[in-house]
Amino acid sequence: MKEIKRKKFRHNHMSTNLMYVPAILLFFLFVIYPMLTGIKISFTNWNGFSQTYKYVGFENYIAMFKDKNVWSSFSNTIIYGVGSTIFQQIAGLSTALLINSKFKGRTIGRTIIYMPVLIAAVIMGNMWYFILQYDGGALNDILILIGKEPVDWLTQGNLTVWIIVLVNTLQFYGISMVIYLAGLQGIPQMYYEAADIDGAKKLSKFFNITVPLLMPAISTSVVLNLIGGLKLFDVVKALTNGGPGYSTHSLSTLVNFTYFNNQSAGYASVIGLLLFTFIIIVSLVAQKFFKSKEVDL
Amino acid sequence: MKSNNFVKLLLTLVASLISFIPFYITINVAFKPMTDMSSRWLLPKELYLGNFVTAIEKANIFGAMKNSLIITLFSVLIIVFVGAMAAYPLARIRNKFNRSVLNLILAIMMVPPLSILVPLYSNLSKMGGISTYWGIIIIISTFQLPLSIFIYTNFIISIPRTIDEAAMIDGCTDFQIYYKIILPLLKPVTATVIILTGVAAWNDYQFSLFFLQDPKMRTVTLAISSFFSQSSSNLNAAAAAALMAIVPVVIIYIMLQKYFVKGMIDSAIK
Repeated sequence: MKEIKRKKFRHNHMSTNLMYVPAILLFFLFVIYPMLTGIKISFTNWNGFSQTYKYVGFENYIAMFKDKNVWSSFSNTIIYGVGSTIFQQIAGLSTALLINSKFKGRTIGRTIIYMPVLIAAVIMGNMWYFILQYDGGALNDILILIGKEPVDWLTQGNLTVWIIVLVNTLQFYGISMVIYLAGLQGIPQMYYEAADIDGAKKLSKFFNITVPLLMPAISTSVVLNLIGGLKLFDVVKALTNGGPGYSTHSLSTLVNFTYFNNQSAGYASVIGLLLFTFIIIVSLVAQKFFKSKEVDL
Repeated sequence: MKSNNFVKLLLTLVASLISFIPFYITINVAFKPMTDMSSRWLLPKELYLGNFVTAIEKANIFGAMKNSLIITLFSVLIIVFVGAMAAYPLARIRNKFNRSVLNLILAIMMVPPLSILVPLYSNLSKMGGISTYWGIIIIISTFQLPLSIFIYTNFIISIPRTIDEAAMIDGCTDFQIYYKIILPLLKPVTATVIILTGVAAWNDYQFSLFFLQDPKMRTVTLAISSFFSQSSSNLNAAAAAALMAIVPVVIIYIMLQKYFVKGMIDSAIK
């Protein structure tokens, strides 16, 4: 009896599935098809605008593996991704723990810490320029005040990479904070009460109750920050434009630079494919890793 | 207990102040004349508005705001309409095929825009979409659609199926169920989708930088960043321009704060 009822009142698969055809069409035209074209372009010496080009086989791929600038951008990309993710978790979780307890002023704190998330990253980067600039920058004003020599923060190579990580962290750790706040509010109070009866210490409660039950939030926040950091483009473009030399390029800014400044579309495509493969692998591994760590309530 | 709260308030205050520093410095620079060489930490002695005049004239902030508004409005419209429609079969018909379609859509969320910039640019230029409203609108919409489909699908899954079944017994077709019953229920989650994708469209820089080459088509992010690189000698005007660009966003955020935070959580946690 039940079977018959189910069969009769079922969604009409064929015609209802038509409803996602427009979306799939857009994805095909503007994501999947370009991706396939990109693979084709990566085997050519196309300069990006001329009508003619030659197939060069794996030349671009071989060149990329030998290119020091690609590998320095690759290692910068990892620093941008992993560095920002670590800082964002630390800052996000600590402020979330802080704001999760009841006291006056916490809503205002949340409002201000989350505010930079909504500002365009490129504009935020420009605003940070007023602080990091050599001449008259706000940070150097402090150094001069305490009698130190001013520093050109944006031309220090590796140090500048970490400064960009900090700028990115300060802008976006509000996202982690909000995710952790939601996670903390979802932990039933009874676990802490039970631990209190057993005489558990604060630190032990944090590592044995809060962290395991926060795993879904940690997972979401880490994956989100990691992907965001590995794609980093706007802040780098605003603060250093990859320079001086190639020292602060991320793979994203390098693709842009190779295409528009060096006018080698074929080579830019290969770097783009490297970036794409890397991000897909990292996010799949991260998601698998966290799935195995999650606990059921 | 009281002193504990005081420490927490103090720490929150410090964190908030750090987040506020770039805004504070930008405000100070924007309201000081170019000749004022005092430290950027010091408040301006008087409110000098000349920088704003320069910014409006030279950076064409209002023209850029108009462009951003048009692009954001139409992008959000497409994202909401196409996204809500696509989510219905994906949420209701959970067979193997549709699950892989959903996985494909989620995978698209991970694609770094820059990785397909070169082919995307050459394809769009063949279609004549460079420096046009429709070109940038369709690109931004496509890349924001996965988020919208994801949020709508999760929401529709949470609506009891019995509602659909009751309507089927009354003889509704699938499309009628969607249009008359599901669609009206989507209002609250649509607010989330509008806020999240609207902010992303308004703040877009990567796509706009490539696909809007004509200065007349500049959006807010493009106007500000190009004004910055042009006016290294007059950073005060650049600060004024940046300030004008962010004030509308900050005001809307403070007014609708709850929705912004709730939207963020809805989109992140399944």
